[in-house]
This record gives sequence, structure tokens and C-alpha cells, in this order.
Amino acid sequence: MAENDLGTYSGRNEEWRLDLRKKLKTKERIAINRVKMPEADPLSRIKSYVEVNSGLTEEQAVTEAQRCLDCVNPTCIEGCPVSINIPGFIKSIEAQDYDNAIRVLKDTNALPAVCGRVCPQEIQCEAACFYQTKLKKPPIAIGHLERFAADRARNSGKAFIPEIAVKRDGKVAIIGSGPSGLAAAGELAKLGYQVTVFEALHELGGVLKYGIPEFRLPNEIVDFEIDNLKKLGVNFEKNFIVGKTADFKDLREEGYSAFFVGSGAGLPMFMNIPGENYIGVLSANEYLTRVNLMGATKVDFDTPVLKGKNVAVIGGGNTAMDSVRTAKRLGAEKAMIVYRRSLEEMPARNEEIQHAKEEGIEFLVLNNPLEYLADKNSRVNKMKLQKMQLGEPDQSGRRRPVPVEGSEYFLEVDLVIVSIGVSPNPLIPMSLPQLETSKWKTITVSPDTMQSSVPGLFAGGDIVRGGATVILAMGDGRKAAQNIHNYLQNIMKSKTTASKQDNNQNKK
Amino acid sequence: MPKIISKKYLSEKVVQLEIEAPRIAKKRKAGHFVIVRIGSNGERIPLTISQANTSNGAITLVVQVVGVTSYKLSKLETGDEVTDIVGPLGNATHISRAGTVLCAGGGVGIAPLLPIVEAMYKAGNRVVSVLAARDKELLILEKEISAFSDEVFVMTDDGSYGQKGLVTDGMEMVIAKEKIDQAIVIGPAIMMKYASMLTHKYNIPTLASLNTIMVDGTGMCGACRVSVGGRTKFVCVDGPEFNARDVDFDELLMRLGSYKNEEAGAYKKLLI
Repeated sequence: MAENDLGTYSGRNEEWRLDLRKKLKTKERIAINRVKMPEADPLSRIKSYVEVNSGLTEEQAVTEAQRCLDCVNPTCIEGCPVSINIPGFIKSIEAQDYDNAIRVLKDTNALPAVCGRVCPQEIQCEAACFYQTKLKKPPIAIGHLERFAADRARNSGKAFIPEIAVKRDGKVAIIGSGPSGLAAAGELAKLGYQVTVFEALHELGGVLKYGIPEFRLPNEIVDFEIDNLKKLGVNFEKNFIVGKTADFKDLREEGYSAFFVGSGAGLPMFMNIPGENYIGVLSANEYLTRVNLMGATKVDFDTPVLKGKNVAVIGGGNTAMDSVRTAKRLGAEKAMIVYRRSLEEMPARNEEIQHAKEEGIEFLVLNNPLEYLADKNSRVNKMKLQKMQLGEPDQSGRRRPVPVEGSEYFLEVDLVIVSIGVSPNPLIPMSLPQLETSKWKTITVSPDTMQSSVPGLFAGGDIVRGGATVILAMGDGRKAAQNIHNYLQNIMKSKTTASKQDNNQNKK
Repeated sequence: MPKIISKKYLSEKVVQLEIEAPRIAKKRKAGHFVIVRIGSNGERIPLTISQANTSNGAITLVVQVVGVTSYKLSKLETGDEVTDIVGPLGNATHISRAGTVLCAGGGVGIAPLLPIVEAMYKAGNRVVSVLAARDKELLILEKEISAFSDEVFVMTDDGSYGQKGLVTDGMEMVIAKEKIDQAIVIGPAIMMKYASMLTHKYNIPTLASLNTIMVDGTGMCGACRVSVGGRTKFVCVDGPEFNARDVDFDELLMRLGSYKNEEAGAYKKLLI
């Protein structure tokens, strides 16, 4: 990768970096142990929404930053979907130049405080770290350091708003204020375009707000990052459903010439087994939205949420972990994960599984629900389960769960949260029939440009991927923004050429 | 925030609000609904759009006070603001020239019925409307429905107005008199259940417009799910109208009670 592709990465040969590298010998750096993230005590945190990870102290962060060898060829950057100049910000932390650390992060990442918290670094940047790949040692805690730099900047009270080099003609509409939309909005605003983000809900942030609980990502952090985008000049329109409140044609007439759809994964999936519509069986989306977005557990909030003593969460992803840990915090005596494969196949982040275990969550792995039963008021009171065993690998490469004959049994439950995935939100494709979609109803885009079959309409995040991570969505948003820029510049160019030709013809 | 332009009591517990929402007024069609939220701690509830006026950019909602949010909404006065309103949501009613259309509305269900009656009438159908309420005091929008109906029959439980009887009695009377090509029923779930059993008996294609518990209204939460023809459907994105004969009304009734205890408690607290 050429050095100038990495923005401030060229910093590696700057004097301060050379000096910093000389300060400690490689041997000394390698001898430092990886930092451990301070955490809230499990027994007290399950009684509140306090953030589980408390954040590194300055001393911890600087020491961890010293471990980083400032590699000539920093493979970690290739592991990052938004190509953050990782050594650039880590070395700034080591130098205690925190202003520079946040500047480097903001070069390519509009939401570092979010990513530092919820990115699966262990399979991305940290998996590609020299320590991990070559030294077979725990990688640099890149995620913890990213969070440190972002939190430090937030608490400093200083605003780190990237400069807008030039103002450009062109109005861009972003549909959805989740991670992909915010990333795209940030990039396009930096490029000088007029950007409006349209959000269907009454709050901004998409899945960061309605989905991820506050004990993992406090809402005020999401709001802070959104405020920064507002300061960058991004407009936000809430309670606006593109395709319903106005369609693409209306928006074109209002002067929008390019679009980015980041409307997210919508419809929750159910297993279609008997009893699934009983009272007390609900989707993880509903459960988490009621608690996270609607404040159902707070005093004086109008939205109710059902509480349970014996709560079963069906599924093994991060959303399932968020749900089961939320149930524990709402007073469940037994909060259980019911998953048809084994712990090894579980898609949730290891950290989430560990945190859940610390909090007393029970894991019923190799168990599959067959049916729900209810009391006379139609409230779920039992579930019928079947034990599973692992067979041959399936298409996903994971060993296929096979039912164990005759192993059915009943379990008492009074709340069931189904978290087995979502299918894409149908509203945009429904409102734009010429938009090409896949058989999974995701929007089809060119992987190079993120442009859909409709010229000028780009898309990314879960509406394209079907269900992925915050950072992959942000990567899509960023990539789409660059291509929207190219698209708009090409239109401008052809317009100028056309008008020049007109002028020439008029002269003749 | 959207302003309330006018307010009118249709009965003691039913309020008609005209709310400034120009984009929604322009886009809405018969059958559409909105999601409304009152106050920064408010919940999101769905309400069907009863009328819209593109010249003043307003939509009309008819609200029956049954719980916390509808109570708060009913307490707003002209000039007050609604915290959040979003829409139009759901699929519009399929309006076609079917012939003779029987439109049956019960209670506040008459409000969402109104735009359908109007659209069916304007599409060239013969529209026969049957309106039902507990008593004379609770009957709403009779004049408005009459403006777009060839015939209107009013039923009251106690006989204080129109004819004494249930909505199904009125419908059966109409069915006995003339051939009905299409029926639409909107009202409390229990009323729609019996109304659709009746039209099913006479083999009349019937639409029912369902009003369920919703949170986001855009397909995300699944709170509105109901079995239709043995398959789970989401009322917000698949509906709100379905073939009445396929709807599992018993399940709908059951699910409407999901938060019965929580809601009753909160409403009681509010009234103290």
C-alpha cells in the first residue's frame, strides 16, 4: 500500500516517530504484558446499566501503546474495514499527543468512540497484528486504545471537527442514521457536499440506539458523535421514512442528486414453531427497542416491557447476548441462552460470552426449541426443547446440528426472546420496484462502488449484507461516499462539457 | 414539531384532531396510518389517518381514550404540538371498481373506514355503509360517511338511534336485500371476527383493517404479528388490511392483551 493512501500515516518517518521508536528497544516493548480492560464488578453491574468496560487509565493506555512496534508494514491497517492509520494514532498515544491521536482516527472513522467499544477487533485489526501473527503473543489492544483516544477527546471538551476543504455543489440524501449512514454522511460532509440524513425513528443512531444496550454502548456517546456530525454541517431529519413520507422522485425534485441507503436489517425472523405468537414470546428487536430506545424500564416512561423470572433467549449472536444480559438486569432469576450448536460455533464475540458468563447467564447449548406452551391467559409458561448433536460441516463450514431422537424435554419459561436473525427491511425496495435485490431481499450493489442498479443510488450496511457488524457497515458507508463523490464529479463534468458545447454551437 | 390546527370532541371519549403534517397529507391514501408519540418519554402508538387536506397540509386523526397515550393526546389543545408523527405507513387499500361494496364500521373504527368509503365511492362503486355504536352518543362521523355512501344504516346496541342491534344484524339485512361484491370491516377485533364470519358464510370477499400493538411501525420489532392463513404476518408492513377470512382473530384478540396489566396500571396512575 502506498504511503499517501494512508493520510497521516506518512507520519512514520517524522522526527517524533523516529525518536519515539528509539526510546524503547523492541525487546523491552515485547516484554510488556497486554493491558487488561478494567470492568465493573459482575454482581453490581447486573443491577444497573453501568458500562461493563470502564476504559483504560492514561497510564495503562500509554504503556499499552508502547507495546506497538510501529511496524514498517503495519498489517493491522489491512484488518480494519475503514483503514484507520492504527500505528499513527497508537504512537500519538505513546507520545501523549492525544489531540493528534483523535485527528488520525477521525481521518477515516467518524465514530471512534463507538468502534472502540463494539468492533470485533479480535477478528479484524488485532487478528492481523504482528504480535498475533508472528510473535504468537496477545495482540496490541487496538480497540481499547481507540476507545481511550476517543473518550479522552470527548472529555477534554475540545471539538475535533475535521476541516472542510472546499464547498461543493450537490445535495446528498442519506437514508438511515445507523453506522453506515453516519459514516457516509461524515465523509460526504468532509468532501464539502450538502448532506441530509433521513431517519425513520424519533431518535438518531439506528441500531446503535435501539439495538445495543447502554451497558455496552452508552447513548450519550452516540449522541456526542452525532453532534460532531451536526457541527460538520450534516442535517438530520427525524420521523422521515424515505419511500413513504417522500419517495426518491420527490427527493430528486427537491434537489438531491445522489442517495445512500443504509436502512439496515429490518424484519426479525421467527422459527415458525407452534406457540410462537403467545404473549411473552417476542423478537430481540422488540425487546431491545422497548428497553433501549423507548426507556421502558425508566421511571415515568410510557412504554411497557414484559419481565420474566425464567427468560430464554433463542440464538447465539451478539444480539442474543445483549438480550439475555438485559433480561438479567431486569431481574430475571434465570436468564438462559438456548443455542442449537455448541459454544465453539457461537457467533457472538468472545468478550460478550465471557461477560455473560460472569453475570450468571446460563448457556443451554445444543438445544433447540420445538414448541411453546402457555397458561390460561395465553402467557408462555413452558417450552419444549430437543437436544442436538453436531454432525458433518454444513455450507457455513460449521458442524451441522442434528436432533437427538427421543431427547425432548420441557423447561419452565415465562419470557422468550427470539434472536435468530433478521431479514432486510422491505420498505425501500417496495418503494422502488426497479431496484435490483437478491433472493435474500438485500439490495444488490457493485462491490467496487456500492452503487445499486439505480444510477446515483448507493447502499451499504445490513440492507446489502443482510446482517453484519457496525464497522463493516461503516466501511460500506465510507466506500460509498467516495464513489458518490466520483459520481457527482462526473455529472458535474459532463454538465460543464455539455454547456460548453451548447455555448459553442450558439456561437456558430 | 407538528401543530394541532383544530380539535373537536366527537363524543365524550373520542376526539378528532387536525394536525399539521404537509408531507403526510400529500402522500397518504386510504388505509394508511401514522405512528404518534406524545412527550419526550412517550410511547409510540399507531393511529389510522381518517382524513387529509392537502390545501392546509393537515391530517385528521380520531382518537378514543383508552390508555396513557390516547389520554395525553386527547388533552392537547389547538396550537399545541405533537412530539412526533411519522408516516404514512402500511399499504394503501386496494381500490377498484368491484360493484356494490358493503362498508361496515364499529365504534371508532368508523374513522379509518371513512377514507375507504370515500375512495370506493369515487371509484364508481355503489357503497352501502353500516355504522354501529353502543349508543347514539358514541356514534361518530355519520354525516361524513353519508356524503360518500349510496345508503347508510345505523345500528345501536340499545336502540337509542338508528336500529337496535349489532353491526352484523345490519350487515345481514343489507346482504339479504342485494348482492354484495366486496365488504370491508373495521372496528374492534371482536366485531371484525363476527362480521367476517358472517360475510364468509355468504362468500363475500372481505377486507379487515387490523389495529395491533406496534413499536416502530416499519417492520422492525414484530410486535404487530398475527397469523393470516396460517402464516405469521406483520400488520405494519404486510397490512394493515388482510383477507378477513384468513385472519386468526382469536390470536389477534389474545395478542392485543399482551400488555394489559402494564397498560392498566400506567393509565390508573395517570388518572390519579
